[in-house]
Amino acid sequence: MINSFYIAWKYLLFSKARSAIMVACITLIAVLPLALEIILDESEHQLVERAEHTPLLIGAKGSALDLVMNSLYFADEVPQPVTLASADEITATDLAFAIPLYVRFQARGFPIVGTTLDYFDFRQLQLAAGTPFGLLGECVIGASVARQLGLQPGDSLLSSPETVFDLAGVYPLKMRVAGVLAPTHSADDLAVLVDIKTAWVIEGLVHGHEDVARSRDSSVIIERTESNVTASAKLMQYTEITAANLEAFHLHGDPTGYPLTAVIALPHDDKAAAILRGRYQNTDSRYQIVPPADVIDTLMTNIFRIRNVLDAVILFVGLATLMALVLVFALSLRLRQLEIDTIFKLGCSRLTIAQLLGAEIVIIAAFSAVLCLLILGVVSHYAQQLVRTLFI
Amino acid sequence: MISIESLHFAYPQDGFSLKIQAFSVPSGQKLAVIGPSGSGKTTLLNLIAGIYPPHTGHIQVAGIPVHALSDAGRRDFRITQIGFIFQDFELLDYLSVLDNILHPYRITRALKLTPAVRRRARDLAGQMRIGDKLQRHTGDLSQGEKQRAAICRALLPQPKLILADEATGNLDPDNKLHILDLLFEAVDQHGATLLAVTHDHELLPRFDRVVDFNDFRSGSAV
Repeated sequence: MINSFYIAWKYLLFSKARSAIMVACITLIAVLPLALEIILDESEHQLVERAEHTPLLIGAKGSALDLVMNSLYFADEVPQPVTLASADEITATDLAFAIPLYVRFQARGFPIVGTTLDYFDFRQLQLAAGTPFGLLGECVIGASVARQLGLQPGDSLLSSPETVFDLAGVYPLKMRVAGVLAPTHSADDLAVLVDIKTAWVIEGLVHGHEDVARSRDSSVIIERTESNVTASAKLMQYTEITAANLEAFHLHGDPTGYPLTAVIALPHDDKAAAILRGRYQNTDSRYQIVPPADVIDTLMTNIFRIRNVLDAVILFVGLATLMALVLVFALSLRLRQLEIDTIFKLGCSRLTIAQLLGAEIVIIAAFSAVLCLLILGVVSHYAQQLVRTLFI
Repeated sequence: MISIESLHFAYPQDGFSLKIQAFSVPSGQKLAVIGPSGSGKTTLLNLIAGIYPPHTGHIQVAGIPVHALSDAGRRDFRITQIGFIFQDFELLDYLSVLDNILHPYRITRALKLTPAVRRRARDLAGQMRIGDKLQRHTGDLSQGEKQRAAICRALLPQPKLILADEATGNLDPDNKLHILDLLFEAVDQHGATLLAVTHDHELLPRFDRVVDFNDFRSGSAV
């Protein structure tokens, strides 16, 4: 038997291109449905579990899917904003607890999630290192962010400008990493969590700058009256919040009008949830209220419909490829008829000849299996990111 | 060494039949078989080697009744008692020269591939002057070198009978004489019997005996 494998190995090694093509074909046939299965399982895990644990979401009227995807998975598509007043309204109903969310900015490709510390309790987030954000300008980063950017508590992270060419836009904020989350195998692993006010700092609604009342630089002060000082664009804006300049940061306008992308509503019970939904389903309401599980259920139905189509396509392609492989093997046997006749003449049994050919198939299958496992290992390792890229 | 009596064989598909009343080859003899194409020379070799069983008659090789052996018995007989040399060498291009020489040991349980066999293969290749080409693929060899490798493959199991089917047919005149010398030398050294089918009348004087296949047709004992 070992000799059969030796001879088969030599043959496959000699016909490298043919062997490689056969291995690649078989690997592809096996990998495609299995990788799809892994990705869909991961997407189901990521999407459904998180949606089922989020009772209600309130946001501006528009796409419910955008609202859910942005609020739960921090997708790039930003829904129309609501205001902080909407969160206050929910709290005022005494039907639910409200957690504000502002998910609009990014830091080095990772979403910045403006929220409150209640979010940590709600998602049961644990810190692997450091502390929760306590001061303006501090952030807590997800496990994957820490690993990919090589950050730890005490390091800093710069928010990304929304558009590079917008010279009048907000300045990037240098945030201090206060803590790192333990892995959650969810979108939080890839998030940069900040206090909602820090998100507004990035927006430019809360800002800090040098004291214009004390400034004597005539190129900074345009006009000074008894009650008002008008400064030019030369006025130095702080891009990092430190203990020294923390006091200089201040709000402009009424905070209840400050933007949120959504509010997570945690009803006290089923009855409260039903009443709350009833109130917001009123057509006069400026907001929409959605149970994320329903939205994701619809999305998954569509994904699985596509999956069925893909499965059918893969099945047909797989069958066609298998038939092509059988044809290649049959043609190869024809080409090798002289060789088969020779070894038969030398005294080899038909069974041994079958063993020789079988050994070739076994070696090709073994290589395909190893390659398949390697690819599936890589797919599994990157499944979370792949799901984010493909579905979120 | 070879004894054939009242042999009859026919191919079912084309009606060709071969009848040999009596034919014998003493041990150690180098015999050439000549005859026109299609007369049945190769068929005779295949019958002696046990590739085809005869319809009737007796074939004995080295005392073994080949006609009475089972399929498995004929295979074991072939690989242990017969050395085959083909016109087209029929070496496997994906194996090295050494692996080709050792090939019979890798396709049957009747032969055991031991370190001693490997040593003998190297010695044999040295004797055939291809000792420095053992790791090469057969595609890198000249025609003469290929046939020398094929002779090594045939001789390695130390068979009692060498069957050569147009073994020099694809070689140039210088090479064919040289290869024949080497083959005779090796056959003598191994104490084997040689039965060679050839069309090349120039080589016939070198053989101990020449048999014209037409004599079989006439029904006379050869």
